[in-house]
Amino acid sequence: MNTHNLMLIDPHIHMTSRTTDDYERMRKAGIVAIIEPAFWLGQPRTEVGSFKDYFSSLVGWERFRESQFGIKHYCTIGLNSKEANNEALAEQVMELLPLFVCKEGVVGVGEIGYDDQTPVEDKYFRAQLDLAKEVNLPVQVHTPHRDKKAGTIKSMEVCLEHGIAPDMVIIDHNNEETVKDVLDRGFWAAFTIYPNSKMGNERMVEIVEKYGTERIIVNSSADWGVSDPLSVPKTASLMLERGIALEDVRKVCYQNALDSFGKSGQMHESDWLTPATVDQREKFSDNSILRGGQTPVVGEIAATGELESNIVR
Amino acid sequence: MYQADIYATKAYLKELLERSTPPQGFTWLNQKLELLGTEAAQAKDLFLAFSAAPRFIGKEQLQLTETEKALADVIRPGFNPSRWTATQTARTLLLLSLSCKDAAQYRQQIEALFNTADMGELVALYAALPLLPHPELFVKRAAEGVRTNMGDVFEAITLDNPYPADYMEEDAWNQLVLKTLFVGKPLYRIYGIEKRSNARLARMLSDYAHERWAAGRAVSPELWRPIGPFLDDTLAEDIKKLFSQPNELEKEAAALACYHSKCHTAKTLLDSHPQLKARVENGEITWSLIGNKNLQLN
Repeated sequence: MNTHNLMLIDPHIHMTSRTTDDYERMRKAGIVAIIEPAFWLGQPRTEVGSFKDYFSSLVGWERFRESQFGIKHYCTIGLNSKEANNEALAEQVMELLPLFVCKEGVVGVGEIGYDDQTPVEDKYFRAQLDLAKEVNLPVQVHTPHRDKKAGTIKSMEVCLEHGIAPDMVIIDHNNEETVKDVLDRGFWAAFTIYPNSKMGNERMVEIVEKYGTERIIVNSSADWGVSDPLSVPKTASLMLERGIALEDVRKVCYQNALDSFGKSGQMHESDWLTPATVDQREKFSDNSILRGGQTPVVGEIAATGELESNIVR
Repeated sequence: MYQADIYATKAYLKELLERSTPPQGFTWLNQKLELLGTEAAQAKDLFLAFSAAPRFIGKEQLQLTETEKALADVIRPGFNPSRWTATQTARTLLLLSLSCKDAAQYRQQIEALFNTADMGELVALYAALPLLPHPELFVKRAAEGVRTNMGDVFEAITLDNPYPADYMEEDAWNQLVLKTLFVGKPLYRIYGIEKRSNARLARMLSDYAHERWAAGRAVSPELWRPIGPFLDDTLAEDIKKLFSQPNELEKEAAALACYHSKCHTAKTLLDSHPQLKARVENGEITWSLIGNKNLQLN
């Protein structure tokens, strides 16, 4: 099982929930860059300060932590649909967003969209679309788990209503039922390979066989739930094994993510093309990711592209 | 209220920046500086310009001539922007264009930037502290900077920055020095390291050396620099041990620490190493040289 040393991007992964072991395995499997969308934390926040510190950590500590493992960290900033339902809090979070959306390495407004498809979710989705338009950033749209197909279509219609070009919008968490509508309308279609709930990667292979590679993107959405930070490399590996051409795999597991989020002007291949030289001595011995007694990794981390099993179901 | 003449500082930084940024970037910055200087400026204008700066300015490192380095030190003693990037310089200029008449409001603006800053912004903010008006307002903030775990941010507050030596309280300063050693950064790039040394710091550093020795780990020869002037009979025991270490730099550090001490035991120790003593007296052994050599080795 291997990825033929392809460079890979995971354009949707919540690294604040992951460990340093994950970082190491991801880098070894060929991941050179990731995008961490702002999302909820598994339970609703009750204070605006929690959002502020969360956004700060996405552009600060988490970025630093990742750099120690030779992976470039980008993020999208936004108010997620679940927490948009707390209107008093949502108002305050909306005031915070302009402080963060123009920061370095912020490649989009996201992940935003619908959860229960309530009127309040709709209000803040629209307000954030206007913000994205104002600062000319791509939009990363989270599509709902329930009433998915209607919610996906509605998300796209609202984007168009707000004058946002389809090629500036990444519609996420697609499946066999939504993909055609998304591609037909000219939006980017992202697929989340997430065990048990969203997509398995065997199904993903079939999607690429059926729909090709134009505007299709693979991600893991790995977070605090049972999920797999190696979903992208495993899917790349499986596609190669099942006879999909290397160039096609490269498109859905690397190039399309770069082309879509690269429209932010904040993400360039040159950011990681210089070989990843990692100096963990930069780390600090107290309260750091390296603890006393560990030998720091200095120099280039080699990507082997070798994995155990490459199936995610 | 002022640490440096704002007008002179801005003129100096602008000249350096103009050489390291595309003309359209420089024009963009000048527009923003003008906007922030007017009554019509809103908080949002500062936040957006501050965070968007890299898009227009780029990240080239400044190129300073020897004359310009010397001029920095005239504008503000200890000020040294030779490792600054273009974006960092632009951000500093933005900070310097804010109205500072109302101290409370000024502090609020700067603190809001700190509280929502990304890594690059934190570097710019901490390194700009020695140039900002109302320096006394940022003493706690500087101590907070020393607590960071982000390497670049730590360097921005600690190395080549005269603010800590001029304004930090002793406890915070001692933590700064100790942590610099702890994370393996060079002590010789801490401005005012000699001026701010104190007996308590000497004791803390000696304890740290003992801890390292007990664990079988190497001790930076730079550790003995702040200890030298505070050597007493107890601390001189450490120096005795240092003279017997196989590492040449440690012997040099032992000699230099003794040389800067008035303690009789230390003087006697140095006399018993006449060759090292002669090299110290000839200026062949200095803390900068030791620090530099140590950096090369690690």
